[in-house]
Amino acid sequence: MRTLKFLLRKEFRQIFRDPAILRLILIMPVIQLLILPWAADYEIKKIKLAVVDHDHSEYSRKLINKITSAGYFILTDYSSSYEQSLEKIEYDKADLVLQIPSHFEKELVKENEAKLFMAINAINGVKANLGGAYLRTIIQDYNREVRMEWIQLPKFSPEVQIEVASSNWFNPLMNYKYFMVPGILVILLTMVGTNLTAINIVKEKEIGTIEQINVTPIKKYHFILGKLIPFWIMGLFVLTIGLTIARLAYGIIPAGSFLTIYVFAAVYLLAVLGLGLLISTYSVNQQQSMLLSFFLMMIFILLGGLYTSIDSMPEWAKWITRFNPVSYFIEVMRMVVLKGSSLADIKFHLFKVFGFAVVFISWAIFSYHKRS
Amino acid sequence: MLSVEVNNLIKTYGKKKEVKALSDISFSVPQGELFGIIGPDGAGKTSLFRILTTLLLADSGKASVDGFDVVKDYKAIRKRVGYMPGRFSLYQDLSVEENLNFFATIFNTSIKENYDLIKDIYVQIEPFRKRKAGKLSGGMKQKLALSCALIHRPSVLFLDEPTTGVDAVSRKEFWEMLKGLRKEGITILVSTPYMDEAGLCDKVALIQNGKILSIDTPQGIVNNFSKPLMAVKSSKMLHLLKDLEQKEFVENVYPFGEYHHVVMKDKSGEQLLQQFIQRRNDETTVLYDAKPNIEDCFIALMKS
Repeated sequence: MRTLKFLLRKEFRQIFRDPAILRLILIMPVIQLLILPWAADYEIKKIKLAVVDHDHSEYSRKLINKITSAGYFILTDYSSSYEQSLEKIEYDKADLVLQIPSHFEKELVKENEAKLFMAINAINGVKANLGGAYLRTIIQDYNREVRMEWIQLPKFSPEVQIEVASSNWFNPLMNYKYFMVPGILVILLTMVGTNLTAINIVKEKEIGTIEQINVTPIKKYHFILGKLIPFWIMGLFVLTIGLTIARLAYGIIPAGSFLTIYVFAAVYLLAVLGLGLLISTYSVNQQQSMLLSFFLMMIFILLGGLYTSIDSMPEWAKWITRFNPVSYFIEVMRMVVLKGSSLADIKFHLFKVFGFAVVFISWAIFSYHKRS
Repeated sequence: MLSVEVNNLIKTYGKKKEVKALSDISFSVPQGELFGIIGPDGAGKTSLFRILTTLLLADSGKASVDGFDVVKDYKAIRKRVGYMPGRFSLYQDLSVEENLNFFATIFNTSIKENYDLIKDIYVQIEPFRKRKAGKLSGGMKQKLALSCALIHRPSVLFLDEPTTGVDAVSRKEFWEMLKGLRKEGITILVSTPYMDEAGLCDKVALIQNGKILSIDTPQGIVNNFSKPLMAVKSSKMLHLLKDLEQKEFVENVYPFGEYHHVVMKDKSGEQLLQQFIQRRNDETTVLYDAKPNIEDCFIALMKS
């Protein structure tokens, strides 16, 4: 115990003496949490729309008005030739082309039926998908309005109609920030945990101090605990900063208890620090450990369910996410923050992450040798 | 009592064990001796030290420090040896005092307890005890590293090239300190690439390419040099060297400071050399009988 105390004192002294690391720990979460949630936006707005109007009728004008007033679309081009507007797509001046054929109004009135054509720039898949869907919804809405105008609907509609009303649970206003901020916080915690631990130990290797430590009677577990505890405390500190920012900047107050979040984070940090430790035992210098943790981080983020839903991933990718501790914490964070889940609800997540911690740490202890 | 005992130690590197760092090395060091391991870079000095300090496993052979086996009883050895690696490896961001304190505490002792041992060394850096170790000069870093290696009163001290990259004055001081430590009964193994430091040891082992060429007292090694040696100098040194290399009576000739050292095959060579110099009729030539030193012995041993 005495040895551990001195190791910890030394470790904290070094941490507080490195202003770059300290600044990073304080500033990184603040900047990331203040900027990223605004930029990492799911809602597609400002879709550039080019309209090819061959009809120039009242109905076509009404349709265009309706589309542009919805707030999602910006009319960037209004022309009478399809080729011309396609060119706009080529120059990235338009994302969507809506072609209104001539006699649109006439056919609508006469035949009760009219056709429209939509061309979508699919380079940005998300934008194309959502833009097309938005436009379709608006046109359907327009369609209904037109019919309302023409026929006084009988009390009992002769056609069967299903009307869907939806209510958003847990996030009534569908504020995506409630969804993103907890996720980004998890990524932050993971980055701080793995990188700091890995770099710290590899630095001792690079400078050669580990050699000097290895000839002393310090026990292996003393050394490893001496490295884990400071960064574990720092991880919880970063979490506290993050939760404070979430509250002050976004008004996010977890529906569940803070205790649940901290209990899970405490276990999760063990897994993440264990991973950092593992990286450090396999890297000889800081470049190697940085590259390795960067590589893992990419996988963790993209296969962690932060941006894309895990449920819609292919089966093999779902399997990978099961070995990704980040995905568990992101899910738990969202469950606790939005749904108010309790410890009992997340107990399986907790067990699994605890399993990761045990595996990573024992693997690291096993592969760390005081002699080569 | 033997402090260090090494028997048939072999260490190779590389996947196919193609790099031989130590090939079949054996020697022993009695307690309280200042034992020098002299050899050029890459001779295997650091590998040997790392094996003896339990940081590296040998391929085969046995070694013991203070009677403890380096493989089986590594824990006991770590408690009683001091090791100063060739590269400065203390915490650069901790101060002089903090470094010393840290290493004292992890050996379960305190600066106070063993202050008498490091006093002579530590007083020289004590005025800078609040300074970060990384900001010290080379010589002071050396003193701090030695203090840290001594703070737990080790019975055997391993110093891996302690004077490499240190100025001449600090080198001299450093050797004075080692002599002081020997009086405390601490066995010291020190490696160095500088031949002139060999004379300061009780005993030296000349090592090259992982093999020990000779182990003896410095005087003993010099006494073993039996062939006649002369030093020669002229205004055209390179020319002279080339000419002498051709001569049959010359066993070996090499530059040595501002002279060339000429080793003759036997006694008659001395006369032949004098005649040769006279015949060259170069007035700038200076010739005299030279006394062999460790470097001459090392070169001779390398040749044979």
